[in-house]
Amino acid sequence: MDILAQIATELESGGDEKVRELTRAALDSSIAPSTILNDGLIAGMDVVGNRFRDHEIFLPDVLLAARAMNAGLEILEPLLGESDTTSRGKIVIGTVKGDLHDIGKNLVGIMLSGAGFDVIDLGKDVAPARFVEAARDSGAGVIGMSALLTTTMPAMKEVVTLLEQEGLRESVRTIIGGAPVTEEYARDIGADEYGFDAANAVERVRSLLRS
Amino acid sequence: MKPLLERVHDGPVVVADGAMGSLLMSRGLEPGASPEGLNLSSPDTLRDVAAAYFEAGAELVQTNTFGGSALKLALYGLDDRTEEINRRAVEAVRSVVTDRAYVSGSCGPCGRMLEPYGDVTETEMHEGFARQASAMAEAGVDVICVETMTDVREAAIAISAAREAAPGTPVMATMTFDPTPRGFYTIMGVDIPSAVSGLLQAGADIVGSNCGNGSGNMVDIAREFREHTDAPMLIQPNAGMPETVDGEVVYRETPEFMAERAVELVALGVNIVGGCCGTTPAHIRALASALRAG
Repeated sequence: MDILAQIATELESGGDEKVRELTRAALDSSIAPSTILNDGLIAGMDVVGNRFRDHEIFLPDVLLAARAMNAGLEILEPLLGESDTTSRGKIVIGTVKGDLHDIGKNLVGIMLSGAGFDVIDLGKDVAPARFVEAARDSGAGVIGMSALLTTTMPAMKEVVTLLEQEGLRESVRTIIGGAPVTEEYARDIGADEYGFDAANAVERVRSLLRS
Repeated sequence: MKPLLERVHDGPVVVADGAMGSLLMSRGLEPGASPEGLNLSSPDTLRDVAAAYFEAGAELVQTNTFGGSALKLALYGLDDRTEEINRRAVEAVRSVVTDRAYVSGSCGPCGRMLEPYGDVTETEMHEGFARQASAMAEAGVDVICVETMTDVREAAIAISAAREAAPGTPVMATMTFDPTPRGFYTIMGVDIPSAVSGLLQAGADIVGSNCGNGSGNMVDIAREFREHTDAPMLIQPNAGMPETVDGEVVYRETPEFMAERAVELVALGVNIVGGCCGTTPAHIRALASALRAG
């Protein structure tokens, strides 16, 4: 098995120490950092995302894989040039105001980073204005919002409205998700996309940034 | 009133209460505030909710302590008031039901994950649950209900913490499953056989499932539980998944639909039936009337 495939395999099983070692070894054998990122780390995370979507693995496996991904990224990040990191686009994510549930949001963040997006995670209980500010300041093309509570969902609409008021509705697209959130709700509040799970959210963000 | 375990053993089925959070919201709980904070500021609200379920026919009424473990309260900066928050919740329900119904001390997940995939140690988690259990036991709760668990390790820690901190108080424990193409699993990857053995080994007296994806799925979940254990069983379904209609959140399962499923649950040998998210005193009234007729 070549070293990139080994990195992917170790990442899938959550072997953070192994991923760290192999990433260093790959650099030593003069493989380009962007190749290690794409064909090693991201390739492994892709498999993890698909297996999670298909209920073959569960949350702990994804969290351990994410830890392994970060172990590799820490080594690669200082070596990656601008052109390597900004290729797939930037997204601001967070759990909306009044809501402290962030497991789902974190999972989406992991999957997006795993797919090569530049993720700015604002955390939980994020006020509408902070989403908009962060998108404007960072130049992110997408805002992703999560809510677990039926009572906090309306905060998503506030963000969409605020984007409209600031004239950013076209340049900053929106995607929402979370247990009580539905496709219909996304349509009702004028959000551009709805992700029904973490893997699906990545697909939808891809299509948003392409369009 | 007989001790709960004796009552469950002797039958007939015990009717439990329904959702707490939605009733608290309709009585003024602000989104984003700690629901357990109300135990300090508004005990009248707790008494209202307990009375609504007791009058609807619940024989087992839960306390407003789902997020009452010290680790969870810490998210709201309320962990130094863990004992008071839990004690007051028990006192509020007891003052309404007196000795006419059982008071069940709700104990939900602590909101953080265990090492290695999370950042909490088993010792920290155990300590957080023990403080809650001890306060509820001192206030005279009839049973501690560890619920909505998805990690069987966390459930086992909560159960053993309750066992140690509240010796003599029975413990029930329920987990939340999703249907997958390969059967029922929690989001953390726990299947029903592992849940049954994990919960019982940790010392639960009563096991089962709550929340989830509606009462139809719960019939299948209860059937699978019964294939693996003869232990007393508690089932509390939600009223289906929430949907939004014209900006309002609705749960699709009607009291009548849920009452029919409750009859099926009892036929499978379920000993305690109540409701979770989206259920109301109307659901509990329908359920009680269907089960007591049967």
